[in-house]
Amino acid sequence: MKQKFDIIESTCVPLPLENVDTDQIIPARFLKATTRDEKFFGDNLFRDWRYDKEGNLKPDFVLNNPLYGGEILVAGKNFGSGSSREHAAWAIAGYGFKVVISSFFADIHKNNELNNFVLPVVVSEHFLANLFTSIQANPKMQVRVDVPNQTVTNLSTGESETFEINGYKKYCLMNALDDIDFLLENREKIEAWEKMSR
Amino acid sequence: MNTLFDKIWDAHVVQNVEDGPTQLYIDRLYCHEVTSPQAFEGLRARGLQCFRPKQIFCMPDHNTPTHDQDKPIEDPVSKTQVDTLEKNAKDFGLTHFGMMHPKNGIIHVVGPERGLSLPGMTIVCGDSHTSTHGAVGAVAFGIGTSEVEMVMASQCILQQKPKSMRINVEGVLQKGVTAKDIALYLMSELTTSGATGYFIEYAGSTIRALSMEGRLTLCNLSIEMGARGGFIAPDETTFEYLKGREYAPQGNDWEKAVEYWKTLKSGEDAVFDKELNFKAEDIEPMVTYGTNPGMGIGISQEIPGLDTIPEAGKISYMKSLDYMGFAPQEKMLGKKVDYVFLGACTNGRIEDFRAFASIVKGKKKAEHVTAWLVPGSWMVDSQIREEGLDVILKQAGFEIRQPGCSACLAMNDDKIPAGKLSVSTSNRNFEGRQGPGARTVLASPLVAAAAAITGVITDPRDFL
Repeated sequence: MKQKFDIIESTCVPLPLENVDTDQIIPARFLKATTRDEKFFGDNLFRDWRYDKEGNLKPDFVLNNPLYGGEILVAGKNFGSGSSREHAAWAIAGYGFKVVISSFFADIHKNNELNNFVLPVVVSEHFLANLFTSIQANPKMQVRVDVPNQTVTNLSTGESETFEINGYKKYCLMNALDDIDFLLENREKIEAWEKMSR
Repeated sequence: MNTLFDKIWDAHVVQNVEDGPTQLYIDRLYCHEVTSPQAFEGLRARGLQCFRPKQIFCMPDHNTPTHDQDKPIEDPVSKTQVDTLEKNAKDFGLTHFGMMHPKNGIIHVVGPERGLSLPGMTIVCGDSHTSTHGAVGAVAFGIGTSEVEMVMASQCILQQKPKSMRINVEGVLQKGVTAKDIALYLMSELTTSGATGYFIEYAGSTIRALSMEGRLTLCNLSIEMGARGGFIAPDETTFEYLKGREYAPQGNDWEKAVEYWKTLKSGEDAVFDKELNFKAEDIEPMVTYGTNPGMGIGISQEIPGLDTIPEAGKISYMKSLDYMGFAPQEKMLGKKVDYVFLGACTNGRIEDFRAFASIVKGKKKAEHVTAWLVPGSWMVDSQIREEGLDVILKQAGFEIRQPGCSACLAMNDDKIPAGKLSVSTSNRNFEGRQGPGARTVLASPLVAAAAAITGVITDPRDFL
């Protein structure tokens, strides 16, 4: 969903697993939809970790633990590997996450998050490990993600890092613009390119 | 600098956005039924048409059943998705190879075999295994649905230019070692994120000696190392493969095209951001033991001990082995196999069926094994029958199903039941990938065939 990004302060949901692939974020059997119903995808985020075969909540999975909540998902390295399914980003957005923090994201998934106004924030391994420790010590601790200044701060320890985002994408996020808006404005350039290279 | 990747990329730059991505022109967009409906929906919402409809090819493959394709799909939700693609293609004036169309099959099998994917092209599809098409010497990569919509609307995509990596493999492969094993070996060395942010060029004498089918398998699996894509500079093998294919240039155009394609190689002075070297002789037939494709070992080796795993990865490692029902330091050889799957965009080509048949010829399938043999396309299906492989397979107790993605991701009925162990020639062994609770061991068609005969994980070299 298009939304303007500025400063986000929120509690976090910790998922200290590495290599979380998009098949886990949203299993293939939920990819048969023909619309972008974010509620449907959000309801099935991490479906097989969240529910058992009978559809009962698995109490030991973090999304089912009432201690944790918020707009920020914190995950182990190599988050979103595997399939290009954008449904994974729709599920994350649909569940209500605005930011995913990890030390490493898979390329396609990272783009998919950005295209759905979910901000992937890459932090150092050290920052990530400390953040998991902070959340474990106090599930109500908050993180501040400041998009204009490109900083992410663990408000429990005060530890802060800058994160990378290119100027174009930052402008898009802060102004709720997407890439298609941009490309449509550039059709003349595309036609000129076609003429030149054919 | 001066890599083949640079040459193809630079030739497609419409503009470099200030402090932003590159606007890259796309020659070919492929669409399947799963990742395209919301893109078409987006176009409708904005009142747009496809900008260059002739450059877009559509076909269903993920949901298609592998039997009775002449009848309507039983699952109403799958049927809606497949029907939606047909309607969208019609509404937007795009070429569509529907179910039972002689040109239908898995999009990454059909593209190269019909000559739709050509050297020097930029190719995208809402599917991570689009990297497959790199085998013909194209820059091909998977994208999300929003990006599919971008390409439909403008024939362009906004992308950060990836870094370049060259992987050289030198020497002669041992008997029983295939392109699939090279890929599984590279993944086990690089991990599933080792090439993230990079575009790989595969080079070296081992790669040059691979057939086109082998190259397609290798490039297909680039994404499993995290790479944006992977490709191989075109050579005589490429030209020989493409010549005469339906959508490839014909006559004078062919000669001109080959002349140009011959220039598509990295310069002698090319500098890569990263360069890795491997020896063919170090590779044995591979199997995976965990729940990501980087968790692979030579078939004769043991599952790594917990002490070899870095601290931050120990929880994930044990979660993975628990799911598989395996323990550290166990051998993979001899583990009982319930299902065998030959197919997918990874190993659903004629050479894969030849390899499988070469092992099972004159033998019988183990009784307790259920085997699904699914050609990647109707063209592969015809080749199987022309070469008489269907007879060999039938005599050994195997039947050939109808083309599609099938049990690779179990979006159709071909689901491995919970708890069952599947030896699969597909590309991913993620939890639940082949069906909720299914346990997947990735391997080559030779390993799959040996398992199908003995009913346990078996070294295919015993049969060669």
